[in-house]
Amino acid sequence: MSERLTVFKTYKLFVGGKFPRSESGRVYEVTDSKGNWLANAPLSSRKDARDAVVAARKAVGGWSGATAYNRGQVLYRVAEMLEGRRDQFVAEVAEAEGLSKAKAAAQVDAAIDRWVWYAGWTDKISQITGATNPVAGPFFNVSSTEPTGVVAVLAPQESSFLGLVSVIAPAIATGNTVVVVASEKAPLPALSLGEVLATSDVPGGVVNVLSGRAAEIAPSLAAHQDVNAIDLAGADAELAKELEIAAADNLKRVLRPQPVDWAAQPGTDRMTAFLETRTVWHPTGSLGAGGSSY
Amino acid sequence: MAFEYAPAPESRAVVDIAPSYGLFIDGEFTEATGGKVFKTISPSTEEVLSEVAQGSAEDVDRAVKAARKAFEKWSALPGAERAKYLFRIARIIQERSRELAVLETLDNGKPIKETRDADLPLVAAHFFYYAGWADKLDHAGYGANPRPLGVAGQVIPWNFPLLMLAWKIAPALATGNTVVLKPAETTPLSALFFADICRQAGLPKGVVNIVTGDGTTGAALVAHEGVDKVAFTGSTAVGKAIARTVAGTDKKLTLELGGKGANIVFDDAPIDQAVEGIVQGIFFNQGQVCCAGSRLLVQESIHDELLDSLKRRLSTLRLGDPLDKNTDIGAINSAEQLARITELADSGEAEGAERWAPACELPENGFWFRPTLFTGVTQAHRIAREEIFGPVLSVLTFRTPGEAVAKANNSQYGLSAGIWTEKGSRMLAVAGKLRAGVIWANTFNKFDPTSPFGGFKESGFGREGGRHGLEAYLDV
Repeated sequence: MSERLTVFKTYKLFVGGKFPRSESGRVYEVTDSKGNWLANAPLSSRKDARDAVVAARKAVGGWSGATAYNRGQVLYRVAEMLEGRRDQFVAEVAEAEGLSKAKAAAQVDAAIDRWVWYAGWTDKISQITGATNPVAGPFFNVSSTEPTGVVAVLAPQESSFLGLVSVIAPAIATGNTVVVVASEKAPLPALSLGEVLATSDVPGGVVNVLSGRAAEIAPSLAAHQDVNAIDLAGADAELAKELEIAAADNLKRVLRPQPVDWAAQPGTDRMTAFLETRTVWHPTGSLGAGGSSY
Repeated sequence: MAFEYAPAPESRAVVDIAPSYGLFIDGEFTEATGGKVFKTISPSTEEVLSEVAQGSAEDVDRAVKAARKAFEKWSALPGAERAKYLFRIARIIQERSRELAVLETLDNGKPIKETRDADLPLVAAHFFYYAGWADKLDHAGYGANPRPLGVAGQVIPWNFPLLMLAWKIAPALATGNTVVLKPAETTPLSALFFADICRQAGLPKGVVNIVTGDGTTGAALVAHEGVDKVAFTGSTAVGKAIARTVAGTDKKLTLELGGKGANIVFDDAPIDQAVEGIVQGIFFNQGQVCCAGSRLLVQESIHDELLDSLKRRLSTLRLGDPLDKNTDIGAINSAEQLARITELADSGEAEGAERWAPACELPENGFWFRPTLFTGVTQAHRIAREEIFGPVLSVLTFRTPGEAVAKANNSQYGLSAGIWTEKGSRMLAVAGKLRAGVIWANTFNKFDPTSPFGGFKESGFGREGGRHGLEAYLDV
């Protein structure tokens, strides 16, 4: 009996909740750590990046307007769905990063738990970043945080899945939407994550995943006037500087690349980087002398 | 002509109540020492639902020991792992919410529309919220690595049985404590079903222990030497007794007690919305709510107009079968509670207030009380001072905001208050003077796991819910 021939998956982008190929029709070869062919990934163009920004912008209203509780449940649902596809991701991460099964499994488990970590943050972050301010006058004064809008994210190059989840989840937990450029040499776990997000109650457009050359796509995102912030995690020093300069054009919030131990429990910095603080004043009036002495 | 409502009963078939239940100790159901049991009934029909164990002091001791044993491992678990247990519990509650809603309505007597749309969603949300805190305690504002207290002894009331369980157990477990919980004598069933949810979630044995019984069981629990933390929701009288019991010990205490909430309506308030808020404030859960807006303070100039609207609205409330989806007012929880409400309402009449209730038929069996309001109430009347814990509204008037505040604060209690006005600055000025833990403006009886709840003065101390709710279970 001959061995059964496996069916290969066509890896596609994830934009606006759909799975398009690159509008450019281009692909590039993705190999494992030993150079064996794994798949042809879409080689996204600047037009793909612009389309992704449009999708992300469209999703901002609904996602940022959802209750924090609702966002938390959606993020938790991602963890539930990922747990069910754990084996698939272990295999993909092992191939992508040249890891043993055990080491790849540790990465995937940590990535699942990271979704749970941020699921719990959705309705708490404003409780630790906001404040009522005792201004010296008869005013009620309260500061609260809200998402900045559309965040472009260059995913870490080395940590193809745990690193990826660690940059997407904090941005969307607070109500932003993202356009993420996957690890250039290991984009497959990111493209597969799109399939999980599509079945996890995450509204279309909240997360958009592009694969391709960061140096080609990222400048368009950094210069895009409808992008509010950019996370440069996956950019080298030279590209990061170029992108930060482009980002200054509409004063995007910029999170610079820094050495991060993706396995360690994160703090709140990747959430606060993409939050705006709004302070509201309201007069409190006076009851005169007729107040209460009880 | 008025159109009659057709019956729209929720099916009982979703819930399977066993003929008897033991105590849930160390992960197992066990009989009470001595084998004593008591019956729990449906207050709307007086039908016996089940027999539950009467926990003795020895049973409490077994439960506390089981919780103590479990504490070592539970508190040492990484917060992220504790979080995942609590997320599991939240999800299972969501999955089983209809079953639990029907169960709660049967055992408590409150309308299915409340258990289905208020109690159960809030229960699941509470576990979901505190699950998220379990691995974030360093961020909660209590310093680095705050530690749990140990074994929490928790005693809860019958008005929101499963919700009060959630308010107690979720923060306790998230912070690394283990618990022994004593549900109310008249509503033990949902806590026993919760034990089954702990089993489904794979919660380690001994982390949650449920000991059913009467007041003596609760007294034994709060007095037990092995308990590090006492949390009680119930009457102010029992709260004071508990405060005396734990005096001189290291037990940390939080109390959520009675209230006599003032619902203040100014002359610029939107009348129709205010009427809905007043109804929600005092007739939600048959008024058996510690934060009920049981004193209506209405500005004199709109008194007659508001009362006319309110009476018209009360005439449309539907009282009857709690399992009917159209029912607004269900049964009073017990004969004892009905007697207390009846006695206090009668005192209102005897002391000179004017009693009004819409014409409505009361079912033959079960414990029922018409939605009732009193006008011409003075601050000296018992119905203005004592917590009735029933569907009885006392109406008083005021002329100035200062007078409203003075009257609102003229109470031993300080749990909740309501303010109805279109003017933001007046709302904030009044809110800033009210000695109450929760103040609702142009709304009433709103609850959310992220929002702290608790009282000033003799309504107790400590907060449940929100970031503040963690403090009750941390050694800080």
